[in-house]
Amino acid sequence: MALSRDQIAQRVARELQDGYYVNLGIGIPTLVANYVPDDIAVMLQSENGLLGMGQFPTEAELDADLINAGKQTVTMTTGASIFDSAESFAMIRGGHVDLTVLGAFEVDVNGNIASYMIPGKLIKGMGGAMDLVAGADNIIVTMTHASKHGESKLLTNCSLPLTGKGCIKKVLTDLAFIEIKSGKFHLLERAPGVTLEEIIKLTEGELVVPENVPEMQF
Amino acid sequence: MAGFNKVVHSYQEAMAGLIDGMTIISGGFGLCGIPENLIAEIKRKGTKNLTLVSNNCGVDNFGLGLLLPDRQIKKIVASYVGENAEFEKQMMSGELEVELTPQGTLAEKMRAGGAGIPAFYTATGVGTPVAIGKDERQFHGRDYILEEAITGDFAIVKAWKADRFGNLVFKKTARNFNPMAATAGKITVAEVEEIVEPGELDPDEIHTPGIYVNRLIQGTFEKRIEQRTTRTSGE
Repeated sequence: MALSRDQIAQRVARELQDGYYVNLGIGIPTLVANYVPDDIAVMLQSENGLLGMGQFPTEAELDADLINAGKQTVTMTTGASIFDSAESFAMIRGGHVDLTVLGAFEVDVNGNIASYMIPGKLIKGMGGAMDLVAGADNIIVTMTHASKHGESKLLTNCSLPLTGKGCIKKVLTDLAFIEIKSGKFHLLERAPGVTLEEIIKLTEGELVVPENVPEMQF
Repeated sequence: MAGFNKVVHSYQEAMAGLIDGMTIISGGFGLCGIPENLIAEIKRKGTKNLTLVSNNCGVDNFGLGLLLPDRQIKKIVASYVGENAEFEKQMMSGELEVELTPQGTLAEKMRAGGAGIPAFYTATGVGTPVAIGKDERQFHGRDYILEEAITGDFAIVKAWKADRFGNLVFKKTARNFNPMAATAGKITVAEVEEIVEPGELDPDEIHTPGIYVNRLIQGTFEKRIEQRTTRTSGE
């Protein structure tokens, strides 16, 4: 079975370490916050200028002056800090954020990522995604392995305009956990009940499959 | 003697001197921390052919989106513009020029503009459409592109509190682009919720020193929420 959105988030959360500062993108990455293990502490960075983002507010706590990068109202955790956008991106560009999780349309064997623009369709903009992928060392991309029509999103070369070049090393899809190195995809883990054949079929770029590919446990 | 008193008493006075074809830098992220009354005044004035520099362009009937129906904006420099049907229409028809700029690069362009730095190198955008036509250079084996600073004829910002000298304090994430925008305008106009006497703000707590602020006005704010997300108490 392919992983659900929540299972993808749950698996990503296992990559968190105690004391990590983490930036979570919009969509599935946001769900990772729900699965932070109880025995570790992480602090969430929101690129509009907040370190220590908390859960959604109650009606009583609602504050128009406190939002996240998705423009949703949020709260602050104890020990949070607020700063301007230049400072926020200094953190990101300066490599101070320990882990970035974001979505994508495509990634390729050279670690390129396309995530913000489909030519001919409406172009909404890259927001902070280009800064995040250029600035972070430790990035996990979450996306579905293939489109609804069965077209692979793990490619030899990205077909869409890039968000960043040579910056992605880890991809978690609904079918597999994959590492990118030396111009190839390397299969690390597979989703429960998903066969190697299925993953190979839906991976267009060169995929290295080791003898033993553990199944993710939930 | 006006001395350092920056206070003006009408929005008309606050935006006096704005004429067709000027560049305006605006603070705000989404609808959070936007100078909503200064924007409304630009709409009232009907100034046209404006270049706007702002992270976003408001929504259909609020924020910078208010300047779209009368086609007051010629060009916008922004990182994300997705929440606005009129915007979409004018962009697709080519009436509105859009220069998409990565969010961190946009913040840094404003910061550099205000700090007298003409351009800077960044890794953001290397190998992407953003790099087209820009100088590239390697430092320590990594590729960077040269991005130019931005300054405006006007900068419009929203702060929480100010003293009459224009020293500004922002509140929570309504700070966002406002401090950088404030530095990058030839004329910087700040609107605030409360104006106090000089000396009432602790010098250590001031986010934007008054030297950057030319005009200051106290307003009342709707503070519209774009995505109202809440949890049930105790959840």
